[in-house]
Amino acid sequence: MREPTEPGPTPLRATAAPAGPGGASPRASSASAEPGSTLPRVSSAPVVSLRGVSKRFGGVRALVDVDVDVHEHEVLAVVGDNGAGKSTLAGVLAGAHRPDSGQVLVDGVPVVLDSPAAARALGIATVFQELALVNDLDVVENLFLGHEVGSGVFLDEVEMERRAWQVLDQLAASVPSVRDPVRTLSGGQRQVIAVARALLGSPRVVVLDEPTASLGVRQTAEVLNLITRLRARGHAVVLISHQAGDLQAVADRILVLRLGRVHGAYTGETSYEDLLAAMTGAVRPGSGTPMKADQARGSGTGR
Amino acid sequence: MNRDGTRGGGRTLAAVDPAPAEAGSRAALRQWFHGEHGVAPIVVGLALVWVVLAAIEPDFLSAENLVNLTLQSVPVGVIALGVVLVLLVGQIDLSVGSVSGLAAAIVAVGTVTAGWPFAVGVLVALACGLAVGLVYGVLSTRLGLPSFVITLAGLLFFAGVQLRVLGPLGSINLPFESWFVRAIQQGFLEPGVAWALVAVWILAYLGMQVWVRERRRRADLSCVPWSQIALRTGALALVLAAAVGYLSTARGVGYSVVLFVVLVIVADVALRRTRWGRSVRAVGSDRRAALLSGVAVHRTVISCFMACSTLAALGGILAAGRLGAANQGTGGADTYLTAIAAAVIGGTSLFGGRGSAWSALLGVLVIQSVANGLTLLDLDQATRFMVTGAVLLGAIIVDMLVRRRRQEA
Repeated sequence: MREPTEPGPTPLRATAAPAGPGGASPRASSASAEPGSTLPRVSSAPVVSLRGVSKRFGGVRALVDVDVDVHEHEVLAVVGDNGAGKSTLAGVLAGAHRPDSGQVLVDGVPVVLDSPAAARALGIATVFQELALVNDLDVVENLFLGHEVGSGVFLDEVEMERRAWQVLDQLAASVPSVRDPVRTLSGGQRQVIAVARALLGSPRVVVLDEPTASLGVRQTAEVLNLITRLRARGHAVVLISHQAGDLQAVADRILVLRLGRVHGAYTGETSYEDLLAAMTGAVRPGSGTPMKADQARGSGTGR
Repeated sequence: MNRDGTRGGGRTLAAVDPAPAEAGSRAALRQWFHGEHGVAPIVVGLALVWVVLAAIEPDFLSAENLVNLTLQSVPVGVIALGVVLVLLVGQIDLSVGSVSGLAAAIVAVGTVTAGWPFAVGVLVALACGLAVGLVYGVLSTRLGLPSFVITLAGLLFFAGVQLRVLGPLGSINLPFESWFVRAIQQGFLEPGVAWALVAVWILAYLGMQVWVRERRRRADLSCVPWSQIALRTGALALVLAAAVGYLSTARGVGYSVVLFVVLVIVADVALRRTRWGRSVRAVGSDRRAALLSGVAVHRTVISCFMACSTLAALGGILAAGRLGAANQGTGGADTYLTAIAAAVIGGTSLFGGRGSAWSALLGVLVIQSVANGLTLLDLDQATRFMVTGAVLLGAIIVDMLVRRRRQEA
């Protein structure tokens, strides 16, 4: 949150032309992937699929009969209004919520994701919106929490610290020290730590729940850059977000949730007006003006 | 004591700014005082207590009295070490006194009345402690009951079991000539052995730091300046040499004291250098985040309850050995409060996640120093309670002030 005071345009340009290795412009890559297609492109067999997944919390139906396919080399964005079931969907993929009915398939084989550790073991890493960092532990301890590096019963602090710097350098993260408790870090730095932790296990699927909601302009650009690099490396990325800038920059397919149901799948080119209409259920074409204003505001702040 | 030994301070800062050695050691000093697990306030507090007591009653600092002080500190110290573990994981165990009394009763009845060998009696008592902790852990994790209430029930229940085990006599003397009682009451290290242990400790500490520094240098990470390693090792050597040298002018270092210090070192290494220890601090600090990170939360909590009850049982056994008897008063009255107070005075947070094994040793030294000093001054139990209460309050206030300053920094 220290970043937004910087002048706007320069960091934004950084998003448009990512300097990372293997990084063509995100727009360009998604445009070339789906030339003029109106239907989502399916490149390969899905890594993870949800089939008829439903979940309720008390009387609230958070997910109703949801089907999702996640492919490698693809950024699948999930959008929806508050309460549409986005975070529940992330929770199901992360192993934090068990669906009441329906199936989760990994490589076509039904699996039970009954704990975050089980999901991780199957190659699904999740960055939760609440980040799930332990405040009293330092950066290295948080990065490796739950899957520490060590020989025998003892931990290998030197190796962990070395790998921590490695992954943080990849993210171009500006963390003053990896031995500070994360309590002392800013919101953006904490987000970067959480993303870095998800990447450490070389997962096949990375689920990001609102990764840019608390970030400044430059860090948002860094995270989006990172997402395109993940895709280039062959990861499947599930991006849960309602930031217009995120979707336009990186999404290959966009899944719209409304009141727990899948309300359509769109390509990355779909205009934000159409998505808003799908999200809210307002399909009248006459409502364009306020939505344009909304979109302008959204991209203007780089979110 | 050496919480910052191989990480923290100078290295942290050097990561940003490779400062010269002098600035590094000043930073280390600051870290030592305000750091995550700063033991400095409690060391200063202990020194203060000693200065005040010595000013009123010079005999307090006599070698013979300090030997007594170390021996008195062991049983409660061992119990406090267990309390540190449950506090770290964010729980509490109020029943440590009753469990220690029960363990003492089992050893006495088993060996004297039933005629078991001592080793068997001790093992049965420790196994009982282990089982009690398992029950607490399962009740706490599976049923989600608050540990305060479970262990309050345990406090009452096991006090009853202790009375039932002791039977109508209510007090059983342990045979004075048995090796167990002799080892605890009269067993002291030969000076040569004591000095050898000190040398081993210092060399291991120094070697560990040099080894870690070398590995870090090879991995291209920031390194602690040599001056800091020398400073830390020198400080440790000074403290150990002073303690052993001075105690040796009287009876020396008791076997039970060695056992306690070894337990503290083992717990400290386990907490800082193993997966289990990391899980303990993570669960105590933020249980949900630890769960989402894939930590086996239930297993961690259960293991801490088990370690705590087992250490409580061991404390009771040591208390029985020191007294030469087990009676209805063993582990009763204020034992559990003293043990919890010792852990908190030593700097372990009541709210989980923050603390160190060394806080058990330092905390119990403070409490026993006060008790010992007031006994020398012929002051009664009433004064002892009041002064201990005041010290506990003072310790928490100091801890809070330090913590607040650190958060503002």
